[in-house]
Amino acid sequence: MSAPPLLQVDGLRMHFFTKAGVVKAVDDVSFTVDRGEILGLVGESGSGKSMTGYSILGLVDAPGRIVDGRIVFDGTDLTRLDAAAWRRIRGNRIAMIFQDPMMTLNPVLRIDTQIVEAVLAHADVSRESALARAREALVRVGIASPDERLRAYPHQFSGGMRQRVAIAIALVNGPDLIIADEPTTALDVTIQGQILFEMQKVCRESGTALIWITHDLSVIAGLADEVCVMYAGRFVESGRVADVLERPLHPYSRGLIDSVPSRNERGRPLHQIPGMTPSLLSLGPGCPFRERCSEATPRCAESPAITEPAPGRRLRCFHPVP
Amino acid sequence: MLAYAIRRLGQSLFVLVLMSFLVFVGVYAIGNPVELLVNPQADEVERLRATAALGLDRPFLEQYWVFLKGAASGDLGRSFVYNVPALSLILDKLPATIELAFVAMVIAIALGIPLGLVAGLKPDSLVGRGIMAGSILGFSLPTFWVGLVLIMVFSVQLGWLPSNGRGDTATVAGVPMSFLTADGLAHLAMPAVNLALFKLSLLIRLTRAGTREAVLQDYVKFARAKGLPQGRVIGVHVLKNILIPIVTVIGLELGSVIAFAIVTESIFAWPGTGKLLIDSINQLDRPVIVAYLLVIVTLFIVINFVVDVLYSMLDPRVRLGGAGASH
Repeated sequence: MSAPPLLQVDGLRMHFFTKAGVVKAVDDVSFTVDRGEILGLVGESGSGKSMTGYSILGLVDAPGRIVDGRIVFDGTDLTRLDAAAWRRIRGNRIAMIFQDPMMTLNPVLRIDTQIVEAVLAHADVSRESALARAREALVRVGIASPDERLRAYPHQFSGGMRQRVAIAIALVNGPDLIIADEPTTALDVTIQGQILFEMQKVCRESGTALIWITHDLSVIAGLADEVCVMYAGRFVESGRVADVLERPLHPYSRGLIDSVPSRNERGRPLHQIPGMTPSLLSLGPGCPFRERCSEATPRCAESPAITEPAPGRRLRCFHPVP
Repeated sequence: MLAYAIRRLGQSLFVLVLMSFLVFVGVYAIGNPVELLVNPQADEVERLRATAALGLDRPFLEQYWVFLKGAASGDLGRSFVYNVPALSLILDKLPATIELAFVAMVIAIALGIPLGLVAGLKPDSLVGRGIMAGSILGFSLPTFWVGLVLIMVFSVQLGWLPSNGRGDTATVAGVPMSFLTADGLAHLAMPAVNLALFKLSLLIRLTRAGTREAVLQDYVKFARAKGLPQGRVIGVHVLKNILIPIVTVIGLELGSVIAFAIVTESIFAWPGTGKLLIDSINQLDRPVIVAYLLVIVTLFIVINFVVDVLYSMLDPRVRLGGAGASH
């Protein structure tokens, strides 16, 4: 582990400056991803996990802005790059896949156009060789008769096929890192399994690192090496997947894991975390989870620092679960 | 596609016949043209002779039948006033109107879509707000008033542009056109801008609304995530999607610009069909009114057909004919 990580997100803060006030969508989040590693970024809706992904790609739109922190990718701090330099990294060295495959492909452009333009945006090659790469990418994600498929429009594909095309587009320039924002949530369970398997295979083969953003811990369990849990825009805890799932340290992580329905609890009411996610607008200092937390004490009104309770484990909590 | 075209043609013919009947009824109701055509001193015998000569003594349905028979062979009747075929009278004047309408539409499109894009991409900026404020003016100021102000400023006070007529024309394929000569262009400038103003505002608003909606779509974010240059994201991904409603509106508006250029033509004494129509209504020149309206209806039908074809080219999900949609 002496090699520097591929991506190091350090104290990232991304805030939206709205008329109603400042929304701290991402507030002090840190994690690292090594080359070829798969990181699961877990949290509920509104926990800032997607916004973390957008921040890494520089896709945050006004009124949102990265206000603090560093995003060091392969030795370069992306937050210091100008728009043009960041664009050259997007889709080239860091690619992204979105949640809803029905919406991510442009409905009025043919598949070949949409893949070829991604190649031509970053490489000075002829249209023919770009098309050859596009074809190759479709084959890699398991699309049969790619030549015919290249000339089709998105509406002629099923949801699973569209997501494969989106993955092919993400892969076409051979990125070092892919950020996948819940890419299987909108798909059937069977297709979900296929896509997961395919993604994992492709990443392992090509040594591509992957950040898999999801709310679904069961997906993470079989896929990721590391997991990073977020809550209300803040980092909660991280560690090896097996460690975190076996022995969660933060009461929120424990609540999340307990909420997953399991077979040996058949017939019993499902667990749930009491209360609701706080509004990011009115969020003050202190642990954002304390209102819902069974372990909370008056001390939790202060922000806990990030500690390292065990090798490879990082935690932001005063009262780790025993 | 062929079956679609044939079905479309049948529908169009039905619309034309229905329209001709309605127009005929309407024109029949507005007064007896003989009163205006014969010498006020003429006696009853003279009046009856004139009425019979124009075929106005026959029952309404018979008059309509005679008209239909003529129309089937391309004869829409003779003008009472000029005593020449009504259709040729209109076709004589139509190029001037079409030229004016086209130039106005070109101005509206060439300015409206880019300005709308800017206003949609930067809705809160000073430029974006300025464009929208301008479009409200374009919408709400009456055409005739803007026309008069243009004449006041550019013809009367500054003396830059002529205020009436077509100016010099150059002939293309037997049709005189103003935009090919410098003098013609100078004559064309003000009426075209005047006519374009409303359509320009409409296109700005339409483009802006489409853009604001499109930039929030995932496919735009995905296009940006691919690292495409901003120009391609806007010029291809956004524009091609918002063009679908815009093309529809442009088609409809082109028809209405041709049909209702009347006010602008009157103010700038543009020798087009609008002026002819107003004159014909004043003189109760029935065949010209009927022929004019039928020409306009035909124009609308043709434009709509072209729009539908363009639509299917822009949006791969639309297939003409309605059958065989794939999922």
